[in-house]
Amino acid sequence: MSWVTKTLSSSLGRKLIMAVTGISLILFLLVHCGINSMIFFNDGGETFNAAAEFMSGNWLIRTAEVGLMAGFIIHIADGLMLWKSNAEKRPVKYAIVKGEANSSWASRSMGILGSLLLIFLVIHLRHFWITSRFTDEITGGHTTLFAEMIETFANPIAVIIYVIGCISLAYHLSHGFQSSFQTMGWNHPKYTPFVKSVGLSFSILIPLIFAAMPISMYFGWIA
Amino acid sequence: MNLSLKIWRQKNANSEGKFQQYDVQGISEDMSFLEMFDVLNERLINEGDTPVAFDHDCREGICGMCSMYINGQPHGPGKNVTTCQLHMRSFKDGDTITVEPWRAKAFPIVKDLAVNRSAFDRIISAGGYVSVNTGNAQDANSLPIAKDNADDAFMAAACIGCGACVAACVNSSAMLFTSAKISQLALLPQGQAERAMRAEKMVAQMDTEGFGACSVTGACEAECPKGISLENIARMNREYYGAVLSSK
Ligand code: HEM
Ligand code: SF4
Ligand code: FES
Repeated sequence: MSWVTKTLSSSLGRKLIMAVTGISLILFLLVHCGINSMIFFNDGGETFNAAAEFMSGNWLIRTAEVGLMAGFIIHIADGLMLWKSNAEKRPVKYAIVKGEANSSWASRSMGILGSLLLIFLVIHLRHFWITSRFTDEITGGHTTLFAEMIETFANPIAVIIYVIGCISLAYHLSHGFQSSFQTMGWNHPKYTPFVKSVGLSFSILIPLIFAAMPISMYFGWIA
Repeated sequence: MNLSLKIWRQKNANSEGKFQQYDVQGISEDMSFLEMFDVLNERLINEGDTPVAFDHDCREGICGMCSMYINGQPHGPGKNVTTCQLHMRSFKDGDTITVEPWRAKAFPIVKDLAVNRSAFDRIISAGGYVSVNTGNAQDANSLPIAKDNADDAFMAAACIGCGACVAACVNSSAMLFTSAKISQLALLPQGQAERAMRAEKMVAQMDTEGFGACSVTGACEAECPKGISLENIARMNREYYGAVLSSK
């Protein structure tokens, strides 16, 4: 084994992969949330469609999309493998675990929260990414992304799925954001409290904005 | 106090274990948890039963031998206490107390509540030493050490190797222990000679022993009887990444 594979397959290396890909996904969320928030101009999706058009037309963004895809796949594959191998380190379980006495629920449930996100991600990609990238290209791109959103979120079940997805994201990030800094070795009495409060604000604010989208479309506040 | 104890009984590493219930009477609030076990064991011996096996040595919170998982927490309730320093006043008359051994693949059960923690010894032997001949006690100021470093090294060196961090962790991770052992040497001048090799070898040994990875739940820090901080794990990560990037 080369030193690179040896390092990346060690317990520390595999966790470093989670942290680096996790932070990249957080940066992606920021961009994604920024662009989508343009629906809140409530101008019939004009600004939003223009932004979406720009994103899909720009070769730099399309290249970054490949990186994003890789980031997701690596984060998910490594996360599921870590979850499994960590669980195997305690073959006989305790009869009683008083987890709430020493740690947050989110920190102990990253695997479950990640799996919920994975299920959501598949549904979400099916709703928008596949439609906008493939179906439209075949049919000539007549529907706009905004129109697709309006159509999707007329269905209350879709709205509920999206809200559950956002809640899972909030919990995943409430632990993941600050945890990734610790994993990368950045723990310092001066900065860690700041990282923790930014992480908590981010993990509440971003999913809240995301959840507001399907909800406001369902109730017709945005049309 | 009268208490009901549910204790894990297991003959040896290969046999099936199960919980057994014992009622104990007349326990004083001032007894330690281990003294309460002494009372029970004396009775079991008198009745011709096998006493419950458990590890202990100093009984003053400094050796790290005692190891009981009490009501879902290593070393029971309370902050910064070992099982031997846990007193019965932390419980109420009539309580049912469940006592289990440390459970981890890397800590096989020897008997009842006693587990084999020699995996920790092997992590230490992999790199937790200094080869520098430190000689006689030197003049106090011949080797200047920054106060911060001295304090951090001292705090890391407080680890007694009890394994509560592993027992508390959802992943049975030994990162708090290993990082304390790496930190106490990495922060001092005597530890510099093997610094990079130490981080690489101790982490590799930790993985070989079958401990899990870190999910940063912080359960180890919260349950550690010596208050070892998560900052040590972050330091270990830095030491390790630096070591693998620079070693030849
Ligand atoms: C937008 C989506 C996602 C973001 C922004 C995200 C972000 C993060 C971050 C920042 C961490 C912390 C890394 C660390 O502690 O060093 C993390 C951990 C984790 N993620 Fe995600 N994640 C996402 C989706 C997923 C998905 C779909 C899965 C699917 C299985 C997943 C599984 C995990 C697991 C299991 C961990 C914990 C690893 C551990 O501590 O042992 N994540 N995530
Ligand atoms: S770090 Fe704390 S809990 Fe872990 S072995 Fe050392 S003293 Fe025990
Ligand atoms: S018996 Fe020594 S620390 Fe408890």
